Amino acid sequence: MTAIKETLTGPIFKNNPIALQILGICSALAVTSSLQVTLVMCVALTVVTAFSGMFISSIRNQIPGSIRIIVQMVIIASLVIVVDQFLKAYAFTISKQLSVFVGLIITNCIVMGRAEAFAMKNPPLASFMDGIGNGLGYSVVLISVAVIRELFGSGKLMGFEILPLVTEGGWYVPNGMLLLPPSAFFLIGGFIWVLRSVRTEQVEEPEFKLAKHTPVGEGV
Amino acid sequence: MSSNDSIKKTLIVAFSLCIVCSVIVSTAVVMLKPIQEVNKTLDRKRNILAAAGMLVEGESVDEQFAQIQTRVVDLTTGKFADDAVNVDRYDQRKAAKDPAQSAELTADEDLAKISRREKYALIYIVQNPQGDIEKIILPIRGYGLWSTLHGFIALESDANTIAGLGFYEHGETPGLGGEVDNPRWKASWPGKLVYRDGEVQVGLIKGAVDASAASAAWEIDGLAGATLTSKGVTNLVHFWLGEDGFEPFLNNLRDGEA
Repeated sequence: MTAIKETLTGPIFKNNPIALQILGICSALAVTSSLQVTLVMCVALTVVTAFSGMFISSIRNQIPGSIRIIVQMVIIASLVIVVDQFLKAYAFTISKQLSVFVGLIITNCIVMGRAEAFAMKNPPLASFMDGIGNGLGYSVVLISVAVIRELFGSGKLMGFEILPLVTEGGWYVPNGMLLLPPSAFFLIGGFIWVLRSVRTEQVEEPEFKLAKHTPVGEGV
Repeated sequence: MSSNDSIKKTLIVAFSLCIVCSVIVSTAVVMLKPIQEVNKTLDRKRNILAAAGMLVEGESVDEQFAQIQTRVVDLTTGKFADDAVNVDRYDQRKAAKDPAQSAELTADEDLAKISRREKYALIYIVQNPQGDIEKIILPIRGYGLWSTLHGFIALESDANTIAGLGFYEHGETPGLGGEVDNPRWKASWPGKLVYRDGEVQVGLIKGAVDASAASAAWEIDGLAGATLTSKGVTNLVHFWLGEDGFEPFLNNLRDGEA
C-alpha cells in the first residue's frame, strides 16, 4: 500500500514531471493564461496519463518490443481523441479555447514518458496511480503558473475580477507580459528554483566547472 | 519475450489493437456527435445575437433566435437566393475553401486577405411584427496579425448605421489585439456610420476618436498596441461592406430590389 501511495504522491514535489524531469513544457506555456482553461487541461492530461498507463500496462506482456512505441502511441492517441470529443460535447466553450492543445496531449512527453518508463514494467493499478500522480505533479505547476498569470496579467481569477483594472475604472495596471507565453518560462523557472532550494537533493551535479581566468601575461 | 517478437505475434497485436482502438474512437465520436452539433448551433446563434446586441444572458438562446430569419444572399448579384443552398446544411466557411462554391480574389480585391470568397453568404435578418426589417446581421472575416478573425457585423434598417460588431473566433495576442473582445471597445461601434458618399468610410483610427471632429461618425478608437490587428479589422470591414462584399446587396435592399 505504501508503494502505491509513493507512486501517487512522489511526482507531486519529489519527482515532479515539469520541474525535475522538465517534460511537458509546451502546453505549460500555452494554456496557462487563464485558470479555468488550465484546470480543464490538467484534468484532461491526468485522465489520459492514468488510463493510458493502465491500458498499456495491462497488455505489456503481449507487446512486441519492435513496435512498442507505436502501440503506446495508438493507445494514447485514441484516449486523447475520446477526451477531446467529450470536451466538445460537455465543455464546448473551454474546448474552443483549448483548441489544438487537447490534441497535442498525444505528443506531451509526460504521457509518453510514463508509458515507456513506468507502465511497461509495472502492473496496471500501480501504472494508473503513477499516471494520476504525474498528472497531479503537472497540475501543481500549471495551476500555480496560471494563478499568477491570470491574476496579475488580467486582474481576474476564473474570470471573476479580483484586481480592478485601470481601463475599467479601477487602480490596477495589468502586466501585459504575463499574458504572453514567455512569462510562463520565468514562472516555471522560479518554481524550479524554489523547489530545488527547499529540496536540495534535486540540485544536479554540475557537469563541468568553470576554469579560472588565465592570469594576464601567462597565455601570451 | 522472444515469442512476442515473432512476425506473426507482431501482426496480431498491431491488428487487434487497431480494431479495438478504432471501435472505441468511432463509438465516442458517433455517440457524442448529436450533443456537439447542438453546441455548435447554439454557439453560432449566440454569436449572431451578441453581434446584434440582442443577447440576453440567462434566457434560452433558441427562443431569442426565433425572431431572426436566416436568408441566403448571392454575393455576385447582391440578391436573395434562398433556393441556391440549403440554409440548414450550408457551411459558409467550408464553401469559401471549395473551388466549386467560391472564387479566387485578386490581390487588389483581397483587402481582408482571405484569398477566396464564397458565392453565397448566409445573412440574418431581424424583423418587427409588421414585417419590416429592423436589423441586418452579416458575417465578416479577415486577417489580423496572427489569425483570421471571424465575426458578425449588424446594421440598422437603413443599411448604413452600425448596430454592433463581434468576433467569435480569432487568435490575436491576448491583451493587445485580443482586445477586439473587450465589451467596452465593442460598445463604441453601435451608432457609427458605414458609408460616406457611397464609399465605405468606417474604420479604426490611431488613438481615441475626437467626438467633435466632423468625421467622428465614421471613426472607431484604435486598439492600443495592436496596429496590425486594428488595420486588419478596418480592412475586413471595408472588404465585406465594399463592392466585393455586401455593398451590392445592401444597395439593392435599400432600393427594395433585393
